[in-house]
Parts: sequence; C-alpha cells; structure tokens
Amino acid sequence: MRQYSPIEQRLLNDFQHGLPLSPTPFADIASELGVYETTVLENLKRLQTEGVISRIGAVFRPNRVGASTLAAMMVPEQDLETVAAIVNDFAEVNHNYERNHRFNLWFVVVANDEESLQATLQEIESRSGIKVMDLPMEQDYFIDLGFKMQWT
Amino acid sequence: MDMRVLDFAFESSLIEAIGQGLPLVSRPYEAIAKQLCCSEAKVIEGIQRLIQRDDIKRFGVVVRHRALGYRANGMVVWDIPDSRIEELGHRIGRYDFVTLCYQRPRRQPDWPYNLFSMIHGRDQSDVCKQVELIVEQCELQQIKYEILFSGRCFKQRGAIYSRTAGPISQPRVAVNG
Repeated sequence: MRQYSPIEQRLLNDFQHGLPLSPTPFADIASELGVYETTVLENLKRLQTEGVISRIGAVFRPNRVGASTLAAMMVPEQDLETVAAIVNDFAEVNHNYERNHRFNLWFVVVANDEESLQATLQEIESRSGIKVMDLPMEQDYFIDLGFKMQWT
Repeated sequence: MDMRVLDFAFESSLIEAIGQGLPLVSRPYEAIAKQLCCSEAKVIEGIQRLIQRDDIKRFGVVVRHRALGYRANGMVVWDIPDSRIEELGHRIGRYDFVTLCYQRPRRQPDWPYNLFSMIHGRDQSDVCKQVELIVEQCELQQIKYEILFSGRCFKQRGAIYSRTAGPISQPRVAVNG
C-alpha cells in the first residue's frame, strides 16, 4: 500500500456518506478542504483508477428488491471445490466463500421472490447431496456511516 | 398513464445510474439528468427521496477495504439472548469497524447464533482485537460467539450492496468458540 497525501486521506475518509446534493458536489468538497475543484476531481479519478475507490455513489439497502438469503453448507474438505463449483453454477448465487468453520461454504442467494429462492436452495441440495442452511436476514442493525481508516 | 408507474420507471433508471457511480465531472447530477432525459433538479430530488426512504443507506465515496490494506474479514456470529437482541444489535451495529450487522434465525441444534456482524481489519489479529473490544465494552463475556474468517473466494459478483472483497488464501486458524 502506498502512502496517501493528506488530501487523499480526507477524500477517502470524510466523504463516505453525506455527499453534497448541490449541483456542484465536488466544488463543495473542494471548498471544505480548501483546494480547487479540479484538485478534488483529479485525486478522485486517480484513486478510482488505482482501485482504492470503487465508485462515488449510492450503497443500497439490501433486500430492496426480490428475495435473498445467506446460505451455508457443511462440506467434506476433499469435496469443497467440487461442491463450490456446483453452487457457482447457479446465476442466483452472487458470493461464495470458504470460511474456517465446520460450516465451511457460505454464499448469498438472490432471487425474484421467496418461492424461486426456496426452489434454488432445494436444487442446490439435490445436486450436491448436502443440506443447505438457510439464514435470511430478519433485522438490520447496521448504521452505515462508511468505514473509518486508520492511517498509522 | 398512471403517475406511479412513471415514477417507478424513473426511479429504476435513477437507481441504475447512481448505483454505477457518479461521473467525476463538475456537475455530475446534470450529466445523469442528460442520460435520463430529465432535469438536474429531478435527479437531485430523486436521490433525496431514496435517502429519506432508506433505500439508499449511504451516499458518498465507496472504498475498497482490501486495496487499502484491510485484508482480513471476519464474520462474527453471536448467540444473543432474544430479550437483548435489539439492544445489542444496535450497539454492535454502531461500531465504525463493523460493516454489517444482521439478525438471522438460529438453526438448532447445528447453529445457535442469531446475530451476524462483519468486521474488517488489516489482519486476523486486528479483527480479533476489535472483537475483544466489543466483548469488553458491551460486557458480552457470558455470550457465546465464533469468528469465521474467509478463506478461498469461489465467486464474487457485484451485488451493488456488496462490501466484501476478492480472492485470498489465508491460514485457516480456528479462533475460540
């Protein structure tokens, strides 16, 4: 990781939420930082090109549309890659991770409605021969204020 | 045509446009307005409405933790007494190093945990320290929990609310129970 300038640090840390909704948000940020608007835009473009910023925009509430769940499976170690590939075959699966637990395969399933979500889970079970644990979100307690960086 | 249908169509295209990120130009909302064939004011009002409705949880710079050196992500699962889930859910969800905090159903006997929180750190020991801090400050010494670190990533596709990151291979260390 390279060193970040004070301007970059503030751009990364201080504007993760509450981006100004005025016609000129980047000029507003610039005046807050005491720099030119072009400096803000150039820095943001560079950070985005480097992949440190994925975008400047909206993070949406999960489950805003359709139905989704977090699913987990207990897969024998030697079968993990095979079963992971079976799970990946489903277009409804959008994250699939190994985790260090007896439930060692974790993935997110998103479908248009609850019925097709359940059908997908059943299909994964029948193709893999392994039970799928279905853990839908019941309540969201997370207050998203962005992620505070520690620059030390 | 029904106004609600028009509003819905407009909102869908607005959501798609801002989900991909604002163009880095002096008047980004105007640029989006041109794309959607509407006024700049309508774009700004639309975003305000989505924020008020809590459809947008956060509007700003979206960073990639991993690119900034936060390489470990631990899913911490807690077995919280039902009577305290709301209080503790809100409390844990407010820590700035916690990036998700959801209540999910228990699946007894295999799975006793009902609260899931995601914690990002520079490495696994960093994550463990954050968890210890939560345990101490919220007095959770009697509460059973586990930290599940991610190993191989088999698939990661851009759900727009996704905040976790790409493939890694980490030593598989079992951490407490």
